[in-house]
Amino acid sequence: MSEKLTISLSPHIHNGMSTRRIMWMVIASLVPALLVALWTFGIPALIITFICVGACLLTEWIITQFVMKRPITIFDGSAIITGILLAFNLPSILPWWMAVIGSVMAIGIGKMSFGGLGCNIWNPALVGRVFLLISFPAAMTTWPAGVGAGAEMIATTGASAAPLEALDGTSGATMLAMLKSHGPEALDPDYVGMMIGNMNGSLGEVGSFAILAGLLFLLCMRIVTWHIPVAVLGSAAFFSWVFGGNPILDLFAGGLILGACYMATDYVTSPMSKKGQLIFGIMIGFITIIIRRFGSYPEGVSFAILLMNSFTPLINRYCRPLPFGEKERRAMEKRKKAEEKLLTENK
Amino acid sequence: MKLKRFKNGGVHPDPMKLTAGKPIVGAPCPRKVTLFLSQHIGAPAKCIVKVGEKVEEGQMVAEAGGFVSAPVHTPIAGVVKKIDLVRDSQGLWKEAILIEEEPSEEPKKSQTLGFDQKNPLRSDDQIEKLSGKEIVDIIAEAGIVGLGGAAFPTRVKLTLPPGKKADVFLINGAECEPYLTCDDALMRAYPGEIVRGIRYLMKASGTSKAMIGIEANKPEAIEALEMVTMSSPDIEVVPLRTAYPQGGEKQLIQALTGRAVPAGGLPIDAGVIVDNVATAFAVYRAVKFGEPLVKRVATVTGVDVKDAGNFIVAVGTDMNSVLELAGGIPEETGKIISGGPMMGRAVSQPDAPLMKANGGFVLMPKTDTARGEVAPCVRCCKCVDACPMNLQPYLLQILAEYELPDDAKENGVLNCMECGCCSFICPSNRPIVDFIKLSKLQLRKKG
Repeated sequence: MSEKLTISLSPHIHNGMSTRRIMWMVIASLVPALLVALWTFGIPALIITFICVGACLLTEWIITQFVMKRPITIFDGSAIITGILLAFNLPSILPWWMAVIGSVMAIGIGKMSFGGLGCNIWNPALVGRVFLLISFPAAMTTWPAGVGAGAEMIATTGASAAPLEALDGTSGATMLAMLKSHGPEALDPDYVGMMIGNMNGSLGEVGSFAILAGLLFLLCMRIVTWHIPVAVLGSAAFFSWVFGGNPILDLFAGGLILGACYMATDYVTSPMSKKGQLIFGIMIGFITIIIRRFGSYPEGVSFAILLMNSFTPLINRYCRPLPFGEKERRAMEKRKKAEEKLLTENK
Repeated sequence: MKLKRFKNGGVHPDPMKLTAGKPIVGAPCPRKVTLFLSQHIGAPAKCIVKVGEKVEEGQMVAEAGGFVSAPVHTPIAGVVKKIDLVRDSQGLWKEAILIEEEPSEEPKKSQTLGFDQKNPLRSDDQIEKLSGKEIVDIIAEAGIVGLGGAAFPTRVKLTLPPGKKADVFLINGAECEPYLTCDDALMRAYPGEIVRGIRYLMKASGTSKAMIGIEANKPEAIEALEMVTMSSPDIEVVPLRTAYPQGGEKQLIQALTGRAVPAGGLPIDAGVIVDNVATAFAVYRAVKFGEPLVKRVATVTGVDVKDAGNFIVAVGTDMNSVLELAGGIPEETGKIISGGPMMGRAVSQPDAPLMKANGGFVLMPKTDTARGEVAPCVRCCKCVDACPMNLQPYLLQILAEYELPDDAKENGVLNCMECGCCSFICPSNRPIVDFIKLSKLQLRKKG
C-alpha cells in the first residue's frame, strides 16, 4: 500500500481555478464588445480582430518553438487576449500588414522579450498600439467614413484627420479628435449614440456599455477587483471636471473605459496591493486627462497606462501590505523601550 | 446579525463535512500500543519504565522532559516489550515504548473504548476546593497537550509569564478544516463536560470570562453549548462566519475579541489564552476522573470511505486498525492525510502508531491527489488577497526559489503560519507554501 500513496506538502486541495480558465473567461467577457464593433463597423472589425489574434498566436508560437525552445504556451489564452485587445485599439480600416506589425511588436517585444507570460513590464497590447501610433500616425487616426462621429459639428470646418491617400474615400473623425481641433464649443455630442456604440473610433472604444458589461462579468467571477477600474474612471472624471472639461465626454468618447477595464487591470503589469492599485488607477486617470487637455494627442489612455506600468515595481515596493500584528508589535516594542528608559532614569 | 470573522483574507474551501452528525463510536481496546516519547511540541518525554516491566492502565510511562514537554501514559495494561525506534506516519524514526497486553487464560471480553462517567476521582466539592495551581499540576500530570493539531503542552499555556495577564479564555470550536468533524461530534455529545473543562481552565489561568468560537456551519454544536451555558453569563458561545482559517489561533482571537496578536508574539500578548474544545474535554476528564490523555475522538473520512465516522481511539494504536473501523482503505485511495486537507500531513506509513494530536484522517481518491500543472505567476494578487496574515505569498515564493532568506525575512516570512490559502487559491498552481517552508528552513540553517 505504502508505495501507492502520494506524499506532498499541504494544502492537499485546490479551488480548481486555473490561469487558463481565467484567460478564457476574459475572452468570453470581450465578446459583447466585439459584437458592438461588428455592428458599428461591419465585417472589417471582425477581420482585423482575426488578423491580430492570428498574428499574436503565430508570433508566440515561433518564438517559443524556435527562439526560446520552450514548451508551447499559445493555448494558455493570453496571446488571444493580447490579440483581441490590440484589435480593439485599432481603427477597423487599418491596413492588414500594419495590424500584423502591431501584433509582432505586442507579443515579440512587449511580452516574449521579457520571458513570456508573467514577466513583462508593459501591457503587450498597448506596446503594439503605441508602436503603431508612433510609426503610422496617419493610418492610426483614420476612421471609416459613414460612421457617425458621435457628435454633430457645429462649425463648418472639415474633419481634423487628413484622409490618407492610400485609403479610398473620405474618412471620419472621432469625437475626441474633433474636440482637440475645434474646441468644445464646436461640438454637439450625441450622448445616446455614444453610449450604444454609434460613434467613430477604435473597435473597442465604441462599445462602452458592452465593455462595462464585460467588466461586470469579470467582477462577478472575481477575476478582477473594483479598485483599478473605479480609481481610473473616478479620477479621470474628477480631473476632467477640475480642468473644465466634460467628464461624460472624457469617460465615454475615447478609449478610457476600455483602458480602465481591460488594460489597466492586466494582472501582470498592475500593482499587487489594493492601496497600490488605487494609486495606480488614480494616476492613470490624472495623466490621461493631462495629455488630453494639454498634450498634442487627442487620446492619452495608452500612454498613461504604459507610464504607470513602468511605476508598478516602485509602487509594489512602497505599498507593501503591513503583516497582521505588525502594528501591535511595533507598539509593544515602543512601550517596552519607554519602560526601560523609565527604569534607567529612576536608577 | 452579522457573524464575526477574522479581518484579512481567507478562503472558502468546500466544507465536505461528510461525517457531521455521525455519532462517536468507541474503537475496540487495542491489544498492543506503541507510544512515541515525542508527541508534542517541545522536549521529548523521558522514559521511566524498563523492558519487561508490568504497567497498569493509565500509568505514566514517560515523564515530561522539561518545562515545555508532556508526560506519556499507556492506555492499556500490559508489559513493556521494547523501547526502540519506530517510524511515525511521516516515515521518521522516533523513540517509542512498545506495550503489549499479557496473554491470559480466561477469554477476554472485547472491550470498547469510551468516556464512561462512573467512579469520579473527585467530587464537585473537592474540585471546588482545588486551587488554580493544583489544576495546572493535574493537567501537567495528565500529559494534556493542545488537541487542535499543534500539540502544544497545555500546562505551558496556563503558566503565565511574569507580568502578563489574561482576561479572556478563548475556546476554539471553529474546526475550519474541511472534512474533519471530531470537535463538532464532541461538542454535540459532551457539551456539559466541555463547559466544565472550560471552568477548570478558567480557574487554572485566573480568567473570569470565556468565549467559545464555533463556525456557523455547526448549528447543532452551537445549540448544544448554548443550552448548557444559558445560566452562566461568563461563558459566551459565539457563532462565527464559516471561512478558512477561522480556527487559526490569531484569526480566532481577532474574530472573538477584535484584538491582534503582535507579530511574532503569543496570544498572551493580546491578553488571551486559546485552547481547543477537545483539550477542554480532556481537562475535564483529567480533573474529574483523574484520567490521563490516552484516548481522543478522531475522524476517519473521505469520499470513498465506506463507514466514515468519528471514533474514540487510543493513543498508540496502529493507524491501520483505526482506518479499518471506517471500512479500511478504499482501493482508489491515492493519499492519506493526517489532519485536515489544508494543513494536514500526507501519511507515508499507514501502519504507524497514533499520536495525541491526530484528530482525523482524510483518505483522498487518486483522482484528487494530483496537483495541477504549474504555470507562470501572472501576479493576479489572489494570494495577496487571500493571505490572512497580510503577506505577499507570491513574493515569498520567488524569494525562496532564488534562495534569498534574508529578503524573505524582511517580507515577513516568519509570520506565515502555512495555512495554505495561497496555494489553495493560486490559479497557476504554484507551490507557494512548499517554498515558504523551504525559506524558513533556509533561515534556520543560517541560524
